[in-house]
Amino acid sequence: MSSPPASPNPEDHTRRERVEQTVRDTDGRRAALYAVLLALVAFYLAPLEAGLMTAFKTTDAFNRTVPFLPPFGGGFTFEPWEVAFAEMSNALINSLLLAIPATVLSATLGSIAAYGLTTIDWKYQTALVALFIAGIFIPYQAVLVPLSRLYAIVNTQELLSFLWGLPLMREHYASIINLIITHTAYGIPITFLLFRGYYQSLSDEMIEAARLDGASVYSIYRNIVLPLSKPMFAVTLIYQFTQVWNDLLFALVILPSGGGSAAPVTIALNSLTGGIVESFNTQMAGAFVAALPTLLVYVLFGEQFAKGVAGET
Amino acid sequence: MQRLKDVLRRIPPGNREEANPGRTDGDERGEGSGASPELRTDGGEQADGPRGSSELRSDGGATVTGDSAEPAETETRTGGSFLSSDFVKSMPFWLPPFLLMGFFVYGAIGWNLVISLTDFEGLLLPEYKISAFDLEMYRRAFSDPSFWTAAQNTLVLLVAFTTICLVFGLLLAILVDQEIRFENTFRIIYLLPMSLSFVVTAKFWAWMYNPEIGMINVTLRQLGLDFLALQWISNPDTKLAAVIFALIWQFSGYAMVVYLAGLRAIPTAHYEAAKVDGASTLKMYWRVILPQLRASTMSAAVVLMVFALKAFDFLYVMFGNNPGPAADILATLMFREAFGSNNWAYGSAIAIVLFGMALAVVAPYLYSEYRRGEL
Repeated sequence: MSSPPASPNPEDHTRRERVEQTVRDTDGRRAALYAVLLALVAFYLAPLEAGLMTAFKTTDAFNRTVPFLPPFGGGFTFEPWEVAFAEMSNALINSLLLAIPATVLSATLGSIAAYGLTTIDWKYQTALVALFIAGIFIPYQAVLVPLSRLYAIVNTQELLSFLWGLPLMREHYASIINLIITHTAYGIPITFLLFRGYYQSLSDEMIEAARLDGASVYSIYRNIVLPLSKPMFAVTLIYQFTQVWNDLLFALVILPSGGGSAAPVTIALNSLTGGIVESFNTQMAGAFVAALPTLLVYVLFGEQFAKGVAGET
Repeated sequence: MQRLKDVLRRIPPGNREEANPGRTDGDERGEGSGASPELRTDGGEQADGPRGSSELRSDGGATVTGDSAEPAETETRTGGSFLSSDFVKSMPFWLPPFLLMGFFVYGAIGWNLVISLTDFEGLLLPEYKISAFDLEMYRRAFSDPSFWTAAQNTLVLLVAFTTICLVFGLLLAILVDQEIRFENTFRIIYLLPMSLSFVVTAKFWAWMYNPEIGMINVTLRQLGLDFLALQWISNPDTKLAAVIFALIWQFSGYAMVVYLAGLRAIPTAHYEAAKVDGASTLKMYWRVILPQLRASTMSAAVVLMVFALKAFDFLYVMFGNNPGPAADILATLMFREAFGSNNWAYGSAIAIVLFGMALAVVAPYLYSEYRRGEL
């Protein structure tokens, strides 16, 4: 029951004023809201922005310029990046050799475990599900000593040199394989949880059709559930890749002291000195080099990354 | 809409545990052999081949028990009813991942527990003399002042970091939930630090906090606020707070994402109802919205605590092997003892205490998830 739009009585006048006042209020509130949001953007980006600026400054320029401003009037250099890349390029390759297989393996194993424990019911499966999920919350400190003992006894290099041929199976690769196995095992709980949530919410039309065609549980997984899992695989792979790439602790414990030639970027960054004490410009460049792949993944797949971390709940 | 689970439940016409939960395997076998003849008749009537008949049977009668003993079925079901039970059928899927994870997670924790009961110091393997097993290492921990300092710092870190992250994350989520423009951009920026490793963030903050040339103090001095330029990470009074602040920078976006999902799940009608009732915005969030975010709070809190327990990497990069009493946490103490001084057994005992702390947080959480039917 709305009144005609242009009735010229005084009440309407005040009403319009009131509406205008509300709009003004809302505008004011909106402006304040955006101001707060932008201040928060500054809070989150300031360390990164200042770090990036610093990475392009000579030590001299670093000492005399404002941290978050570019080096006006000379002092611009690529040298910190060159030093960081030179010291970390081997580690970048190691991290890729490590993170890609560990990510794919843990995602695959998490997916099949979640399928088996979501779609086929039996009496005590909840207990098993709980064991899988509890694995997410284990503080790694509780397994470090056994892990270091395990890899002190089990010589992967000797074990695998039979299969692989001695010249190829160098200690370098054996160390990386140890890390891959470890990361895969500890990645399974979280990938299991992510896939389980997804499979529980999956709908059914195609599966119903396959069922009518007489497909087995195995072929249903292979032909229907696996292709349907693509979006969840994207989420898990992104999340898991970030986790493995960013790990320091397992590498510290499993690799020979100092990481050796198999050190991943986290270890390389930690021991990056750049020659001079407190050469923050090289340190910052190194930090960006180490963060490059995860930043790239994050910028390209930010949405999926957010889904992944939220799915962790 | 049927769920995948309900559909697939009927695919292998195997035993229905839930149809008769009290059964044992022996009963199944007995029932199976008894039931198979009538089932075969059933199948014959359909004259559809074994595949077709089995589906129709499972469609029509999920209550039929023991049909797994049907001999004309697929190869996987020829071994009798236990071998064709759902338990066995699901095994190829979960067993290999479970063995791998179980060995590394639960096996390793068990091994760690055993080592913590020895006095193992630096050989390749401890000698597991059963008679020598005792709580010596735990006694040593409880009488060690640096253990209590580390335990206290761990607790402060856990509580302060988690609480502040939750409150800050909730505020962020509410701000982002105001139908703002460029919401995605804001959200992505707030979550960005979480994609970085502890090592990277520790490098950034080590520089931010540097008392002489660090960004914070340089900026403060340029603003003429010299008295605020403190020795952030070398002063014991501000050390732990500085660490917690940096961790909040890294992980508050995570709390925001969880709360945002929780807020989006609340029907708009609830906001409107609160407004109609004349509640102020503050009251609406406090009385109406917050109680509905209980599940989000719980799960975010648990995960944030796990992050806090993993803060080792951050401290290790920032302070090396020994952060000093002001910021030493159980994780760093454990690492120093085990890998710095080869006190493997002592390190293992500290690790078990840490594991107990995690268990105290996670077990109630998992139990409540179980009660809510989420597991």
